[in-house]
Amino acid sequence: MTMNPCDQSAVELSKLLRRKEISAVEILESALERIDQVDGRPGTLNPGAITDADKQKVHSFITLTAERARAQAKEVDRKLKAGEDPGALAGIPLTVKDIFVLKGTPSTAASKILANFISPYTATPVSRLEAAGAVTLGKVNLDEFTYGSSNESSAFQPSPRNPWDTHTVPGGSSGGSAASVAAGEAVLSLGTDTAGSIRQPAAFCGVVGVKPTYGRVSRYGLIAFASSLDCPGPVARSVEDAALMLKVMAGADPSDDTAANIPVPDYLAELEKGVKGLRIGLSPDYFRITYPDPTSGELLMQAISPEIEASVRRAASLLKEMGAEIIEDVPMPNTRYGIPAYFVISRVEAASNLHRYDGVKYGFRTPEPTHELRDLYKKTRAQGFGPQPKLRILMGMYVSAAQYSEQYYNRALKVRTLIRRDFDTVFDKNGAYRLDALLTPTTPTTAFEMGAVYGDSVLMQYADQLTVPANHAGIPGLSLPAGLDSKRLPIGIQLLGADFSESVLFRIGRAFEQATETDAWRKEKPGVLAS
Amino acid sequence: MKDPITPEVFAHLVDLAALELEPTQAEYLRLQLNHQLKAIQELESIPLESNVEISAHGVPYTAEISPAPREDIWKPYPEPADIIKQAPATDEGYIVVPEIPHITLK
Repeated sequence: MTMNPCDQSAVELSKLLRRKEISAVEILESALERIDQVDGRPGTLNPGAITDADKQKVHSFITLTAERARAQAKEVDRKLKAGEDPGALAGIPLTVKDIFVLKGTPSTAASKILANFISPYTATPVSRLEAAGAVTLGKVNLDEFTYGSSNESSAFQPSPRNPWDTHTVPGGSSGGSAASVAAGEAVLSLGTDTAGSIRQPAAFCGVVGVKPTYGRVSRYGLIAFASSLDCPGPVARSVEDAALMLKVMAGADPSDDTAANIPVPDYLAELEKGVKGLRIGLSPDYFRITYPDPTSGELLMQAISPEIEASVRRAASLLKEMGAEIIEDVPMPNTRYGIPAYFVISRVEAASNLHRYDGVKYGFRTPEPTHELRDLYKKTRAQGFGPQPKLRILMGMYVSAAQYSEQYYNRALKVRTLIRRDFDTVFDKNGAYRLDALLTPTTPTTAFEMGAVYGDSVLMQYADQLTVPANHAGIPGLSLPAGLDSKRLPIGIQLLGADFSESVLFRIGRAFEQATETDAWRKEKPGVLAS
Repeated sequence: MKDPITPEVFAHLVDLAALELEPTQAEYLRLQLNHQLKAIQELESIPLESNVEISAHGVPYTAEISPAPREDIWKPYPEPADIIKQAPATDEGYIVVPEIPHITLK
């Protein structure tokens, strides 16, 4: 398959567009053609049997808005012809995780309970991206309400598959985002990260994913999961594109009081400054995972995949050659408590957020007769929610009950303090470590097979063990591809930094890309693109 | 260890959560909840000194980075009919719901 416009970077496409060597409509048609080639049928509530043909496709989309996108692309071309500034992302094909609302389009959260909801307004990150000229192709699939790490829990089936090997999961919950970018259906995607939901699928699909600092990007118009943890962020194929996208959508927002009032740096201007003098840490606590035995519940400790550890260590070695100082044996002792604390905090917040879905104001209402209001609530929620939202509601109610809240909820909030202290200690400019970043694996394994973990809600959650500490601490994280394993599946490495240090993470990521640009794996294409 | 979430506790949670569950799904969810609780029990083994405060957010919201509250100005939505039509049942601009039972609080 030759290099189509949809396979090029946003930065390169912007140059071509401004030199009038390509039009926004041509870029769009290239993306739509790719979608037609690789995506298969979109996710629906009543899919029937999943066929062998379905199993060869990516299924990123729930809603494709091709005509809306054509109108946007034509407007970009009109502005260019008229000599007007079309914006920093003019003509760049974008997919949006269907957890953001977009006026006039279905905004489903991949749940039956919102399947018929047409949003009356647009989320701030989406409106900023579109105001900068991005062309929205449509809404992409996710785990229902973002609750999962594989996309298999979506009520809209077939769920997305990994473009590198469609028998494996794309990760989640931003699986449609990562899969669409990896397959060249889009150049950029907007995702969200609550425990690793951008970084984990980015790692599984071999693309770049950024969880910005909590408060860096407005959450207005993001259908809430865990309000103290949710972060919108970019998915892209290069660090440079991710930096460009974050610059456009970050910043204070009068509609979201948690959007921090801090100027947004010019990430691209900082990008090429290299890593000389930067202190980058490696922690043994990120080279092993703790997880409960599925049968006995006993906690087991296990080293991460040797191939993934080797990729991290190689990255450290390359960055050292480029002038970074590598600090070994950085203690992050509370990393292992990230998932247990997350089980409590996220469930309490999810249960609270999900109480608004009742079949009264919008969304699904049970078609069965109901004799009183509470009966309507119960039947609607029973039929509208899938098992994962139900689990989160029930657990959230249990651990926040008056008699248990000290034992569980308050204790989890204190453990969050301990996790935050780990990061404060190692990023302290006057401390013993004085790190600019931690370099870790993004995930303990590469993409797992469809069906291998789904159904075991505990094991599935532990896929986020190396990403969730950043959500508890609020700090930024960047996952970027670092090679392929022996099964030809992408390996992701992660950079974590202090609050609002995204520019430093982008610099390190960019340096790593330059150090590996001639690696053989960079020429490999996802399986769905093999001709 | 006995499952902390017994069928009786589970039934109470289901009622509080305003859900109704088929028996098969109820048993699957109860099993998963007890599995999750086993993972959560690890929190109890963590030594917490008395000076450990709770964190509502990871990022400290200092005065410098917290936006000032926006002005309290009423801005009418331009097309309220678009919002009303999202409701599953309406009548002349009102949302229709079944009987709201009268409950006497103890």
